[in-house]
Amino acid sequence: MEAVGRLRVSGWQGIRNLDRTLPVWIGASLFLVFLMLLPLGWIFVASLQTEAGWSASGYAQVFTEKAYLKAIWNTLIISFWVGGIAVVIGSLLAWLVTRTDLPLKRTIRALVMASFVTPPFLGAFAWTLLAGPNAGLLNKIYRSLTGSEEALFNIFSMEGLIFVMALYSFPYVFSMIANVCELISSDLEDAANILGANKLRVALTVTLPLAAPALLGGFILAFLHSLSLFGAPAILGLPASLHTITTQIWALFQYPPRLDLAAAFSVPLLLATMLLIALQKKILGRRGYSTVGGKGGERRLLRLGIFRIPALLLVLGIIALSVFLPYWILLKAALAKAWAQPLTWDNFTLENFSFAFFQYGDTQDAILNTFKLGIATASAGTVIAALIAYITNRQLFWGARYLTFFALAPLVVPGIVLAVGLFLAYARPPIVLYGTIWILFVAYLTKEMPIGFSQAETTFKSIHPELEDASRILGANRLGALRDVTAPLARTGLIATWCFIFIGVIRELSASILLFTPKSKVVSVVIFDLKEEGQIGVIAVLGILLLLVSFMVILAVQRLVKREVLATRE
Amino acid sequence: MEKRFGIFRHLAVLALVAWGSVASAQDAALVAAAKREGKVAWYTSLALPSSTALAHLFMNKYKGIEVEVHRSGSQRVLQRVMQEVSAGIKNADIIHTSDGGHFVLLKGKGLLMKYVPQGLESFPEGFKDKEGFYYGMRATLSVLAYNPKIVSEKDAPKTWKEILNAKWRGKMVTAHPGYSGIIMTHVLALLNLHGWDYFKELAKNKLHVVQSANDPAGVIASGERAVGANGAEYFYYKTMKQGNPIKIIYPKEGVPLIVSPTAIAKDAPHPNASKLFTDFIFSKEAQQMLADQQGLYTGHPQVTYPKDKPQLKDLKLLAADPAELEKKNAEIKKKFVEFFGA
Repeated sequence: MEAVGRLRVSGWQGIRNLDRTLPVWIGASLFLVFLMLLPLGWIFVASLQTEAGWSASGYAQVFTEKAYLKAIWNTLIISFWVGGIAVVIGSLLAWLVTRTDLPLKRTIRALVMASFVTPPFLGAFAWTLLAGPNAGLLNKIYRSLTGSEEALFNIFSMEGLIFVMALYSFPYVFSMIANVCELISSDLEDAANILGANKLRVALTVTLPLAAPALLGGFILAFLHSLSLFGAPAILGLPASLHTITTQIWALFQYPPRLDLAAAFSVPLLLATMLLIALQKKILGRRGYSTVGGKGGERRLLRLGIFRIPALLLVLGIIALSVFLPYWILLKAALAKAWAQPLTWDNFTLENFSFAFFQYGDTQDAILNTFKLGIATASAGTVIAALIAYITNRQLFWGARYLTFFALAPLVVPGIVLAVGLFLAYARPPIVLYGTIWILFVAYLTKEMPIGFSQAETTFKSIHPELEDASRILGANRLGALRDVTAPLARTGLIATWCFIFIGVIRELSASILLFTPKSKVVSVVIFDLKEEGQIGVIAVLGILLLLVSFMVILAVQRLVKREVLATRE
Repeated sequence: MEKRFGIFRHLAVLALVAWGSVASAQDAALVAAAKREGKVAWYTSLALPSSTALAHLFMNKYKGIEVEVHRSGSQRVLQRVMQEVSAGIKNADIIHTSDGGHFVLLKGKGLLMKYVPQGLESFPEGFKDKEGFYYGMRATLSVLAYNPKIVSEKDAPKTWKEILNAKWRGKMVTAHPGYSGIIMTHVLALLNLHGWDYFKELAKNKLHVVQSANDPAGVIASGERAVGANGAEYFYYKTMKQGNPIKIIYPKEGVPLIVSPTAIAKDAPHPNASKLFTDFIFSKEAQQMLADQQGLYTGHPQVTYPKDKPQLKDLKLLAADPAELEKKNAEIKKKFVEFFGA
């Protein structure tokens, strides 16, 4: 508000008082708008373009043809359930880890991080081996234990798809809620306690409302995340004849491509997100939750008592589904000649490793490309996301809040549609990026902006401007205050942002699948190619490699900053 | 008399030597030019282990020329080629898919280079484009297969019609014509044999839908499904040879024969290496390797096949016309999705 007021001061005095750091803010904003508008604009144009000229026939077809409507319906149902389940699991785990005396907290955080790092398509692939109705190992165990003929669980179904997608969406909610839980001081809860409220009432009337913005934000994030997933639906849905919007769009790109239909599919989605975000704002209203300020706040842990061990088992059970079981089956598939058979000496082989690393030429280039892109995008993305989040959070100039929409917009544009927009935008002069690794960089930067932005925004939201104001009163300019006061406070949050973007990039599939050329292959694309051909052992090897290197990068970053990336503020 | 004959013989040998040295001089020039280019980008739909094996065979023979194998399904290979063409990117050297229709399309759009590889004269007619733009580098059969641990030989389906029986509901796997050129050709062949009703009926049995014609082999081997309603015979055979429980059925009604062409892209960035690799593909050495180690059939008349595989002449083969494939491509994809849901 202060900056707005200042800008409105007319005359010489006003200009002299202008914040000299304004170009930085405006530059970052313009860059963001350009980054988003170009591909999105192209999608909009393409949705109205047919070979015969301008026409809305794409929209008409999307909303009348039964198969397309079915895909839209499937997607909405799936995303709704994924959002709901992710919020339940994510917030439960976050609360247990931050506000109770649950044992092994550090380990659990690391394991949630591991589920987050696991690409959903890899998780989906592992689950086809675990819970395929006939050969799936869990179903085999179930049958041999019960003597039943039936399968316990068929992963190739809508329920299976929801299950797997929720497993790899809940970490988003977890990190959001964990951040908030760490920031809510116990003072308010204590006050309620002193005034005679019991634990349940405190939880419902104090803790829950304080966490509400994050819960709703988490739901929307998980919902939108699952909306745009491509790999998991392609791996689990298609074999069961189940299309989602993303797989349908992907099918539309096959030769001869129907860009108009694909684009027409995504424009309503874009409008839907605008609505969702508007709704979120309306519900939350002006209720901010900056309860961290310069003043100290104490956070005490709830004693779980006899529930301590059952709670731990529940948490480990959830982690088993997203990490232990999938990793184990990947390792087994990598080392076995026949993955469905017991891993005996006869069945043991290193053939998959030697094929992946020494015979198959794509592997090494793909690994190199993947990590180059991961580091470059994460670094550039964090800086931009932080600047934008700061602008919107502090309302630096008029219209700043509309930047939120631009930063979040890519979330609803399925990666594959974004890829078409980028393809249309950057495969022709003046900016020709297609055919190089740069188009992937731009794609990832665009695609990861919502995650980076939400992460950075949550960070800034929780840091009350009063500290910064103090520094500015003492004469620092805005950039200086940001650097010396806010950034150090936000450091952990921003490093988390870096990791989130990095992880998002190295597992990105849906945009890469259209934008790669043989010179710019990435690991996810190689894995998807192999999946379509059924090269299970080689996929397992590459999957393990992807996971290992990701963990190494994260550990290295943690060492560098000497703290856990998703650490408790203490 | 004997002396004159001797002279003749001498002359004949000389002529042969001279012809040979002309040929090898050409070869040497081609090899030198190819080595200067240093690599060839091969967009291929041949199964990854097989295409990698072929690439390594070539790289061992011509040191210093790298073969970049870019393997995907036939329809994806075409998609990639067209996408790159539309953006003016010249990356592909050699294009190889199992959908003959693609080559009618590519030739029609002027995207192929005319090149006749050495030794092609002796190949049968079905392997050659009359105008010299593309040639069949391998032949694949699409067959039925089952897992003998789950289905006894007596119960196993013997014909394409038998898998329409409701007792196979939920027990079969199919690959996808929207991905695989082999399955595209398979669908056309059976369409001509039994009509669309066949697939409409088949879809009622709720098949597990995978993409590549190679994937059903793994699905059957693991026991995830009992019967493969189609799939590349060479990959079933290879998987079986690795000790997996698979039995192949060559249906009596006829077995779709898929001839997979290879061609050089008009704007190939490495034209000489492309020509050398194309020559190599059709050499007896390479074709025999495809037959021996990869379980494929080829058009090369001197190639011999493993004893436990049927001879092509003993099977009733269903051939597909590339022009018809090109024409029906969109219809087949659409109908298949309509029936099978994805």
